Amino acid sequence: MIPSTFTYEQPADVSTALEIMSRAAPDPQEADGAVTVLAGGQSLVPLLRFRLAAPDVVVDLGGCAELQGIRDMGDHLWIGAMTTHHDVIRDPLVAEHCGLLAQATRTVADPAVRHRGTIGGSLAHADPAGDLPAVALTLNAEMIIDGPDGQREVPAGEFFLDYLTSALEPDELLTGIRIPKWPGWTFHYEKFNRTAQAWALVGVAAAVQRVHGDLAEVRVGLTNMGATPVRARGVEQAARGIPAQRRAVTEASRQASSGTEPPSDTHAQSDYRRHLAQVLTGRAISRAAGL
Amino acid sequence: MTTTPQAPSQIGHPAPRKEDARLITGRTRWTDNLRPAGTLHVSFLRSPHAHARITGIDTTTARSQPGVVTVLTGADLAAEQGSLPCAWPVTSDIVHPDHPPMAVDEVRYVGEAVACVVARDAGAALDALELIDVDYEAKPPVVDLEEALAEDAALVHEDAGTNRCYVWPLSSGDVSGAFDSAPVVLQRRYTQQRLIPAAMEPRSVVCEPDGDSFTLYSSTQVPHIVRVMLAMTTGIPEQNIRVIAPDVGGGFGSKLQVTAEEALALLLARRLGQPVKWTETRSEGFQTTHHGRGQIQDVAIAADTDGRIRGLKVDLLADMGAYLMLITPGTPLLGALMYPGIYKMDAYSFSCTGVFTTKTPTDAYRGAGRPEATFAIERIMDELASELGLDPVELRRRNWIENTEFPYETVAGLTYDSGNYEAATDRALELFGYDSLRQEQSARRSQDGSADDAPTQLGIGVSTYTEMCGLAPSRVLGSLSYGAGGWEHAAVRMLPTGKVEVVTGTTPHGQGHDTCWSQIAADQLGVDYADVRVLHGDTQVAPKGMDTYGSRSLVVGGAALVQACTRVVEKARPVAAHLLEAAVEDVEFTGGAFRVRGTPEPATTMAEVALAAFTAHDLPEGTEPSLDAEATVDPENFSYPHGTHLCAVEVDTETGRVDIRSYVAVDDVGVVVNPQIVDGQVHGGIAQGIGQALYEEAVHDADGNLVTSTMADYLLPSAADLPDFVTDRTESPATTHPLGVKGVGEAGTIASTPAVVNAIADALAPYGVRDVPMPCTPERVWRAIQAAREQNGEDQ
Repeated sequence: MIPSTFTYEQPADVSTALEIMSRAAPDPQEADGAVTVLAGGQSLVPLLRFRLAAPDVVVDLGGCAELQGIRDMGDHLWIGAMTTHHDVIRDPLVAEHCGLLAQATRTVADPAVRHRGTIGGSLAHADPAGDLPAVALTLNAEMIIDGPDGQREVPAGEFFLDYLTSALEPDELLTGIRIPKWPGWTFHYEKFNRTAQAWALVGVAAAVQRVHGDLAEVRVGLTNMGATPVRARGVEQAARGIPAQRRAVTEASRQASSGTEPPSDTHAQSDYRRHLAQVLTGRAISRAAGL
Repeated sequence: MTTTPQAPSQIGHPAPRKEDARLITGRTRWTDNLRPAGTLHVSFLRSPHAHARITGIDTTTARSQPGVVTVLTGADLAAEQGSLPCAWPVTSDIVHPDHPPMAVDEVRYVGEAVACVVARDAGAALDALELIDVDYEAKPPVVDLEEALAEDAALVHEDAGTNRCYVWPLSSGDVSGAFDSAPVVLQRRYTQQRLIPAAMEPRSVVCEPDGDSFTLYSSTQVPHIVRVMLAMTTGIPEQNIRVIAPDVGGGFGSKLQVTAEEALALLLARRLGQPVKWTETRSEGFQTTHHGRGQIQDVAIAADTDGRIRGLKVDLLADMGAYLMLITPGTPLLGALMYPGIYKMDAYSFSCTGVFTTKTPTDAYRGAGRPEATFAIERIMDELASELGLDPVELRRRNWIENTEFPYETVAGLTYDSGNYEAATDRALELFGYDSLRQEQSARRSQDGSADDAPTQLGIGVSTYTEMCGLAPSRVLGSLSYGAGGWEHAAVRMLPTGKVEVVTGTTPHGQGHDTCWSQIAADQLGVDYADVRVLHGDTQVAPKGMDTYGSRSLVVGGAALVQACTRVVEKARPVAAHLLEAAVEDVEFTGGAFRVRGTPEPATTMAEVALAAFTAHDLPEGTEPSLDAEATVDPENFSYPHGTHLCAVEVDTETGRVDIRSYVAVDDVGVVVNPQIVDGQVHGGIAQGIGQALYEEAVHDADGNLVTSTMADYLLPSAADLPDFVTDRTESPATTHPLGVKGVGEAGTIASTPAVVNAIADALAPYGVRDVPMPCTPERVWRAIQAAREQNGEDQ
């Protein structure tokens, strides 16, 4: 289908982009939907074509070179919001310091989407069925947000507010993501989908710090188990310090669905998703721990 | 005069497909690529209700939008739009309601067109669509097949007084005798879920008027049928309608149709005097292109304790959807004669009840009736084997028609001309490693102790199918009340330069007719493969034809081509004799050249004869100049491809996920013209059959809304989801065909669905799971295991 008419802007830098956005949305409270950011377009373009989104102005960040790239910042990595999935997957810094991100990104859609879609676009879209929000949560990522009043940083845990809703104001841009380095940790992203290109029915991001024969610390993020990505804190507590054995991991993973409110839809009912979360969490932790 | 070295036969040669370069690059004439000067764009406003009265439509605002040429409603078109055709009223008392291309006062499925905007560009047409106001008065939806037949059911068509469209029965042998005395009787219900055909190219129509004549370009499988039917429904004289199917990107039966949009494009072009164009969006196609399957099958089998089948009873409910389209009522009946499959039995009965619902109409989808039939018989054979404690392959051996018994008249009254089920099955078992997989299965099960400890279970599924191809002997179609014949036409023209034009009445949409017809003509005429051009898909270029569906093109169209080539050879023979200065009866045509019998030289080629026939300077007395011939062939019988497909699955019992571990297909499609094309058909067919087994289902909610309305919700398997297929063939030539070919377009789809589901049921047998409804999604598999565990727990 053909989108409704809109004005297309392709600013060359962030400050111009912000200027366009504040002009298009002088009063953020009233102008919701008047301006939309195109950050790869792999979610936005379908919404435009279905006419589920009908913005007046589309600001394409594809021209902002400053939003691309991955840099070593000492204790963390900075990833430009417009860095494509493809580039994240191939980046040696990501592989070395937060391999979970690369692993999960490899499962996003298909090669065509991964060449156009961006990490910032995925996170700002705040789709709980997307793979990257749960990963950002698990890895304690910080969202760098630029707006008319300057820059602010929001931890992933406070960024995802509701279904397709983030902490971004209509005149703000997600410009970068800080991801702490995780020395000594191992990871696994366990995605369960019906076809290779489908969204996850449930996904589990697991990070494990294994000390000798024990799991010293475990972090678990869940994809598509609620309106936002969620941490499986029950599992994290239950798994802290347990022996690195499958049986113990399976036992701890029974907590995976506690406190979650997974959706029921065409692809899966909520009780099945809860069950999957438990099974997949066990598998994700086991694989992360090399069991 | 030169001697042409004898060319190796093209039959059986994997010639690279002539059409691939243009089809794969897209540098070709897809209908949506066509833009005649002054083309206007049409978009349709579609009903958001499954069932409602239209109480008012306000188009005022939409009409005044920039770029809008006109806005029309069903009421505006009522006087001229007629009713869309159904060519297969299967019984004399069938309920056959009117089917206006655009709804006038009532809508009966979500997606039915209620108004259209014609604008100078497609975007303007869509913008204006949003400004049309329609008032609906909701009526009760009719979604469930069994509820639709209840006495107090809401009616899809009130005037009809019933949702029962027809009842079509068939009976052969002493059915009650067979069942009454049988020691084993199994009664099962299987559901054939609705499927959405998803051809790569969406439907698209362009209609260009020229005075009182019209050229209609359509992404269709059936330009000839569209022409006849549009002439009949619109009253525009047939000779003034030319229908062209340019390159068409897939159909699978979904473009074996005369659609509302085609009829409306024609009417709009006539009304406006300008070319009009419409191309569906994928979501629009999901709602409005006809759906496939949609049946509830109650099947009973009666057998002796040694597994010999005595009888089979089949009782179908078939979802027609809201209206009868081209062959809606007949589609389930295409399987009526195939439920007995490859097996011998004493008695068989079949009954099909067509049911109206407020959903998108159903119609042919790859296999059309035969996948449903094959699924039912192959599933219940596995269940019978399980009941009797027999290996499913052994049960089949005890019942199938042996290769020495052909030709064999089945209990359903068909005569299978040839086949060798033993050979195909033996080869498949060998390639599959059947025995060692069975050993592995049993070792894993016993090692695991109880099934509950095993996270993954190995399952093995078999499907020994046959099907009927080559639609169809015209007398058979007549006896089934179909509105047309099943013949096919071909014309062959030798050009003065020795090149060849072949015209076929079949209409490819990806199959590779350019390639195969070139191979056959090259062989028959002794010319180079590269020198043959195949013309099709235009009622002016190929004026006679019955088009492409039901694996008929090579079987029926190929026979016509061979006949036309033979006639060319016979016309050429006296000219060749004249050139060779020999008596006609002494001249033979061998190895692509004419020569005097018994002498290797001198010889004359078809090209030389063609030039002589063209110049006509020195032809024998009474010979017509030019060298060409045509033939129209009515097949004497169907053809019956068969084969054995084996599938091994690993079922993750913790999540319910099914992974296909290996898949072997040994098909017998008779003589193979191009093995690469046959492999492609088999691969695609298997993928589509796996789609039904594991992924695809058109889901409607209680209000009749299509829930799986996009590809994010209606899942199609891609290459990433499928295993490598191991394919091989046995060859039992069709005895009723000059080339011995049998057809391959649907075989993979027909065979694979039961093979996969049989494998899943086999994997879950240790849990006491007997069946999983399709599509066997992870959740359904998991729930089946949970339910069986609870059941077992209660039993203990």
